[in-house]
Amino acid sequence: MTEVVPGPPPKAGKKHMKVAPMPGQGGTARRRKPMPIVPPQNVAGNAMVLVIAIMTFLSCLTLGAVTLVRDTAATWQNEIAREATVQVKPAEGFDITIALDQAVAIAREFDGVRSATIVDDAATVRLLEPWLGTGVDLDELPVPRLVTITIDPDNPPDFAAMREAITQNVPYATLDDHRTWVDRLVAMARTTVLIGVSVLILMLSATILTVVFATRGAMSGNGHVIEVLHFVGAEAGFIARQFRSHFLATGMKGAATGGVLATLVFLGFSWWSSRNLATPEGDQAAALFGNFAIGIAGYAGVGVIVIAVSILTAATTHITVVSYLNDLDTTPSDG
Amino acid sequence: MGPEILRDISFQLPEGSFQFLSGPSGAGKTSLLRLLFMSLKPTRGLITVFGKDRARITRRDLPLIRRRIGVVFQDFRLLDHLTTFENVALPLRVRGREEASYRADVNELLTWVGLGERMHVLPPVLSGGEKQRAAIARALIEQPQILLADEPTGNVDPPLARRLLRLFIELNRLGTAVVIATHDVNLMEQVEARRMVLANGRLDVYD
Repeated sequence: MTEVVPGPPPKAGKKHMKVAPMPGQGGTARRRKPMPIVPPQNVAGNAMVLVIAIMTFLSCLTLGAVTLVRDTAATWQNEIAREATVQVKPAEGFDITIALDQAVAIAREFDGVRSATIVDDAATVRLLEPWLGTGVDLDELPVPRLVTITIDPDNPPDFAAMREAITQNVPYATLDDHRTWVDRLVAMARTTVLIGVSVLILMLSATILTVVFATRGAMSGNGHVIEVLHFVGAEAGFIARQFRSHFLATGMKGAATGGVLATLVFLGFSWWSSRNLATPEGDQAAALFGNFAIGIAGYAGVGVIVIAVSILTAATTHITVVSYLNDLDTTPSDG
Repeated sequence: MGPEILRDISFQLPEGSFQFLSGPSGAGKTSLLRLLFMSLKPTRGLITVFGKDRARITRRDLPLIRRRIGVVFQDFRLLDHLTTFENVALPLRVRGREEASYRADVNELLTWVGLGERMHVLPPVLSGGEKQRAAIARALIEQPQILLADEPTGNVDPPLARRLLRLFIELNRLGTAVVIATHDVNLMEQVEARRMVLANGRLDVYD
């Protein structure tokens, strides 16, 4: 072994000091990037990336599903709200054709009505075909007749006034603005969205807790590093910054992976949906979800979740480091 | 709150002094060092560090004062993912200094403690003695006014213990106050120095 104390110690820190390099050694400190103070990824860190990726993926999927349900529910409401119907019942000695024309004329007088059309004989027969079969003679049967009124959903007409005008001026006529249906659908749509939002809240809560615990788990192996940095005179802010940036990168890696996977799933479904237009499978999906496409809000939501998860990871790291440092100066000694 | 480990203790560490802190295991040597290093708060009593009342030193000021105190831990506390060079340079790095500004100083100090050829090695491949010297070098890199060493020879053989002791004496000659906590009687007998003996929570000082 070499002699340990060859002479007085060097004045470390003095700028004017000359270096006496060891043969082939001293002064050759490699010009490389110094190793990060926070140890590189370990098993706990990899598990953390995986857990964050999975939870972000599930949260994004839930968010996508909720936006899909919300958009679909809005579409249901709109499509129904775009139409109203006038029904004219037949009666003895009553010319239903005149009544239908009157109803159309009255309806057209109202603002917010785009068109009013009599459902003609042929269409009425087609409507009744499933129940009465082909070859129905409308003159022989007391079949009510319909007028379809297309309305501007952004500027709907005054249905009460229209109803009053029609019932007063056209005998045996009633106006159905589909209010009952719309109300039921709105209630159903609201319930569906509410359930979706509740699931999303649960999912996000689970994600928050999982991210917090995964981060704390990955941090727990670094207690000795915090301790050493603390004892060599590092300021709390410096230590927290080192760990925060390290775990922010780790969290972002996991969150971005989950977000990208969820986006791919959305794009995949959109592609599948567009390829299957006018096929039985496509019609089935369209009947349920309308156009199966996540809107801009869905994709923006994915971005927000990814950023929020990354920030959450960094914030958890910061709090963990600060509380560890607080504990350090107050824990009792072992002797 | 646990049992009282130290009580009715009063002493002073003069500038440039050299002393051993001894006593049986569990007597409170590490606690006393931690009190001096301000990593432990006394339940009562007064500690004055560099003329400042410990109770009045804020959390913000602690790192600045700690930089004037070097500590050699019994278990070295080297970071395994950093090389010997990086471990020794850590106190300078955490102050935000660029490596270029301290590379020569760290090289020279490592050469002085006999680790010139081991500076790019990771701690797990260092021997116990080498780790001990790396830990000592890290405590010295900022030229502290006080050096607190907790059982610095506890993990090394007697010849190396003597060499480490000479290193501390050399450091003390340059003005650093040195406190060596040890229960190695042989080590203490090699130097005429102040002895602080802890037993049953009390401290006896033999100048």
